[in-house]
Formats: sequence, structure tokens, C-alpha cells
Amino acid sequence: MNNNWNGFLGRPPAVTFANELGMIPFERFLIHASEASSALVDRALTKEAGQRTLEDFAVLLSPAAGERLEQMAQASHELTVARFGRTMQMYAPLYLSNECLSSCTYCGFARTLPIVRRTLAVGETLREARHLGALGFRSVLLLTGEHEKETGVEFLERHIRVLAPEVPQISLEVQVWSEAEYQRLAAAGAEGVTIYQETYHPDTYGRVHEAGRKRRYLWRLLGPERAARAGMRRIGVGALLGLHPDWRYDAIATAAHAAFLQRHAWRSSVSVSIPRMRPSESHFSPECPVTDRELTRYVCALRLFLPDVGLVASTREPAALRDGLFRVGITRTSAGSHTEPGGYEEPDEAGEQFQIADERSVAEVASHLRSLGYEPVWEDWARPTEAVERMLVEAR
Amino acid sequence: MNDLLKIADREFTSRLLVGTGKFGSHEVMREALAASGSEIVTVALRRVDLDATGGADILEFIDAGRYLLLPNTSGAANANEAVRIARLARSAGMPAWVKLEVTPEPRFLLPDPVETLRAAEMLVDEGFTVLPYINADPVLAKRLEEVGCATVMPLGSWIGSNKGLRTRDAIRIIIDQAMVPVIVDAGLGAPSHAAEAMEMGADAVLVNTAVAVAGDPVEMASAFRLGVEAGRRAFLAKLGPERDEADASSPLTGFLDA
Repeated sequence: MNNNWNGFLGRPPAVTFANELGMIPFERFLIHASEASSALVDRALTKEAGQRTLEDFAVLLSPAAGERLEQMAQASHELTVARFGRTMQMYAPLYLSNECLSSCTYCGFARTLPIVRRTLAVGETLREARHLGALGFRSVLLLTGEHEKETGVEFLERHIRVLAPEVPQISLEVQVWSEAEYQRLAAAGAEGVTIYQETYHPDTYGRVHEAGRKRRYLWRLLGPERAARAGMRRIGVGALLGLHPDWRYDAIATAAHAAFLQRHAWRSSVSVSIPRMRPSESHFSPECPVTDRELTRYVCALRLFLPDVGLVASTREPAALRDGLFRVGITRTSAGSHTEPGGYEEPDEAGEQFQIADERSVAEVASHLRSLGYEPVWEDWARPTEAVERMLVEAR
Repeated sequence: MNDLLKIADREFTSRLLVGTGKFGSHEVMREALAASGSEIVTVALRRVDLDATGGADILEFIDAGRYLLLPNTSGAANANEAVRIARLARSAGMPAWVKLEVTPEPRFLLPDPVETLRAAEMLVDEGFTVLPYINADPVLAKRLEEVGCATVMPLGSWIGSNKGLRTRDAIRIIIDQAMVPVIVDAGLGAPSHAAEAMEMGADAVLVNTAVAVAGDPVEMASAFRLGVEAGRRAFLAKLGPERDEADASSPLTGFLDA
């Protein structure tokens, strides 16, 4: 049996991540993350990849590690290239709806905000997907707000079914569902689920999620496990850094979550997204913003702790920072994104979830990736599309 | 020297197979393939845009006249998915050859022996030439041979690890027992690893990551070609036995035979 951090050998295996989260000695790890000595950093850095513990991860978040950022970045780069090659997986977000019954203080879709609400009809979704297809995208992430009725399971099934014949890879970043509901979504053609816990800190979670179904912390926390059990092949987690006053808390919890899922959901590939709080219509501003150097340290520490976890960067971040992080450890990215429903065909008509910081076109990002020595990978299907299936039938 | 690698009904001069993942660009991949001298190139069907209307798809960079295109089923998590991918490749006009990979877990991409055997049976029945990727399991290798696989492809260590021949002893048994070519696949990180596998009597090796992520992939491809050739020639020349003790050229007890 594997234990990811010191001090827990011999304990019974955690059944869910809730058990495991409860066992993390946050107090001690947070001291490491803020006060670790350079000797501790040395020890963490000299270990072989795959041998580092969650405690080492906490040490690598420290200011002392920050002084070794270049060394960490070099090691992170090497591990990433060895595991993932000189390639970058490309995906596009496709917002289906900004209707929302939850009030989350940081989100542009919050119920209380006076934005233009829009929910796409199936035909409109297909038009958006074709727009993305024409730009080269074969991997699409469907997103909605939290509205039980407007964007419930039936709604999602309808939209997934209409896309499945044309889009080889469909993932979801929507409300959290039961295992049976995830099975329905998988059967409709979805193969990935991303769930940001937003913050793993229960008190902060309660404070920023003022009302609505999203208040249910534990239901959300165990969502990725349910999705994996239901057969979703790609599971993504992440915390919105800056929500909780100490970003290191969420960094440690996120890394522990990904490590847990790699063992528990062993058939699924696990990825971690690294979103930072960005300005949205809600005008939320983080108490302690995470700096670029801290975010980079986070990426390096994730890679050094979890050599084969996918790392995802969205267009929330500005171009220069993204370009830097691509080489440090990112394996999957979006480009040319719109965060308002219908935004590819009809930009700016509905309210957006957050502002895009990297406004380069898809072609610009792809060509820049090539200039950095990375081949953008568009096609990586798990399921042949209908056009391909037809070819198969005709050939037989 | 007439030393050909024979797989099913085809003969090859080169004993180095090359994979096409992880390269920084299709152009570099094309050059590396050329430098490797390889005649068999494997490509992940899931990375091929089968309903492409044009554009820079990976297949446009692999000269089908020069290389045998060996589609692989990477991404398949069970036998049924692997069979489906193989059929797709065939109907897309690729050869009815398949590198069978059934990897239910995405971290180490280790092969599932049960599903691999199941898929191999189905594919052989359908007339495919099947080259299965397996753990270095001598019994599984024999079972796959018995169902009609054209080769067996045991791993040296797990995919992309560059750790070399960690399964050396098991591969030795597989080679010793095999009636079909043994191609060491996965984990070979340096030309010396490839040479070692060939010296042991492997019929060929397959390399991808070590070339694709090298500082200079084209030069590394060429180095692997030399490593494979050196190992093969050493095998044919019959290595002297390895001994723990000195073998004195002037024995002390020679006088007794006089």
C-alpha cells in the first residue's frame, strides 16, 4: 500500500478522499510551505521522481524553494518532456449556459448578478462546436452554471448526443452528479469530467458559496471519485487559487486529491488545473493574490510530486505567463476561448464567466507552441466519431 | 550479410521499429524516421484524423512506400476497444497489421494480459497480423504465440521510462522459448539498452520516447540504428561466455594431460 506522506504508514487505506483529506497534517505542512529551510528544500529536490511525498510537495511551495525556482523549473521541464513528449494537448471550452441558481461570490454567473442570461439550444451548441471544429479543435469541454432544471442531466445528455457524432472527445465541467447520473452522461458520449473544488477549506468554502446547491462541500469533494467509478476516463481537479487566504492550503489539498485519484481511480487519467482568481462581473478581488512566481512554483511542485499528472492552463492567464508555463510543465491548454454561451458564433452577447487574459487566436497560440518546439495535438480520440464509424461499416 | 527479420510473410533488413508519438514536430519525426533506417513505423490510430478534410495530419509525414505502417491500438482499455480500433485502421486503408496495446491504466500504460490475449484471438481470427505489447511474461508469450500472433513484444521497462532492460531475466526466457520473433518494446532509453537486448538474442526492438525527447532526435535515431546493428552483429558473432572466475590461458594442471 502506498502512502503519499510521512507519518501515516500502517494506517488503513482511506476509502474516500474525505477520509484522506482529514488525515493530512495541514498545520505541519503549512509551516513547511512557509518556513522550510533550504536544507529541507535540498532534500526534496534531490529525491528521485516518484519518490517525493506530500510533505516534500509542501516544502517545495516555500519561499526557500522559490529561491531555487530555476532549478525546479528545469527538473519539471525534463520530467514533463520525458512523460508527455514535446506535445501539447489542445481543447476548447464551450459554454452551454450561464443560468445559475448558486451565489458564489467570485463567479460572473452568480444568480444575483444582472448579466444577460443565455442557454443554448441543441442546434446552437452544434453550431458552436462546428465553429471550433473548423478552427481545428477535436476536444471540447462543455460548461454550464448550476441550474438543476435548465441544465440538468437530460439537458446535458441531449447536447452531448448531438455533438458525439462529430466531436471525438467531450468533457464536462458542470454541476456535480451522482454515480448513476455520470453513467448516463458517459453513455451519451462524455468521457471526461472536471470538477474544481474551488477551495478545499471547509469554512472558506461555506463563506464564498452563499446559496444554492453548490454549498454542499462534501458532495462536490467526492464528485471526481463518483465520475471515475461511472467510467469517465479523464478526471480533472483544481482549486481556484486566491479564494482561500492562504493559497498553499489549497495547493496541498489539490495535490493530495490528484494523488488519491491516481491510486483510487486507476483507470482514469488525472489532471490538475491551476486557475487563479481573475476579475469577473462579480468584482471579487482575492485577499491575497497569488503572484506569477508563486503560480510557477506551484506548477513545478505539482510536476515534481506527480510526474505523470496532466497539468492544464486556461486562457485566464496572460499570454506571456502561459508561454512560460507551457515549457515548465503544462500538458494541456485551451486557446482562443470564449466564456459566454454562444460566444464563438456571437461574441459578447451573453454574460461571461471570467475575463480572458490571453486573447490570441487559436492559430497564433498553435504557431507559438511550434516555435517553442511543441507539436499541438488536436486529435486524441477515445471513441471514433460517426463519420469514422460509417467508414468502418462501409468497408466491411 | 543475409540476415533478415521475418515477421509473418514479410522480410525486413532493419531490426529497429520506431514509434511516432511525443515528437516536437512532424518534420522532426520524419527526419528521425529516415535516420533510424527503420522499415516499420507504428502510429497511434487515435492520433490520426480519420475524417480529415486536409491539413497536416501525421500520416502525411510517413512515406507509406518506404515504411510498413503499423497502426497501434493505444488508448484501448479493453479487448473490444482494441479490436474496434484495428478494424478502423484496416478500413481506413492501412495494412491489416496491428500492434496490439491494451492498457487500462493511463499512468504507466502497462498492458492488461487477459484482455490482450482475448483481443489477439479475435484479431487473428479476423485475419490480422498481430504484434502484441505485453509485460515480460513468458507464459503469456507462449499463449499469444499459440493463438497465432506474429511476434511478441515484451516491455523492457514501462513505456517512456527510459530505464532499459529491467525485465532482462524474463525476456531471456521469452527469447529462449519463442517460436516467433521477439521484439523488445518500451523502456529502452539509450542505444546501449537496445544493443543489450539485441545481444541477448531479441529479434528486434521498438523505440519511441528515447528518440522523440532526445536533445537531437535525428542524431539519436541514428545512434539507435547503430546500437541495434552492433547488438545484432555481436549476437550473431556469438559472445564469449560470462564468467565469475578467471579462465587461465596457462592452466596449472595442464601437465596431467601431457
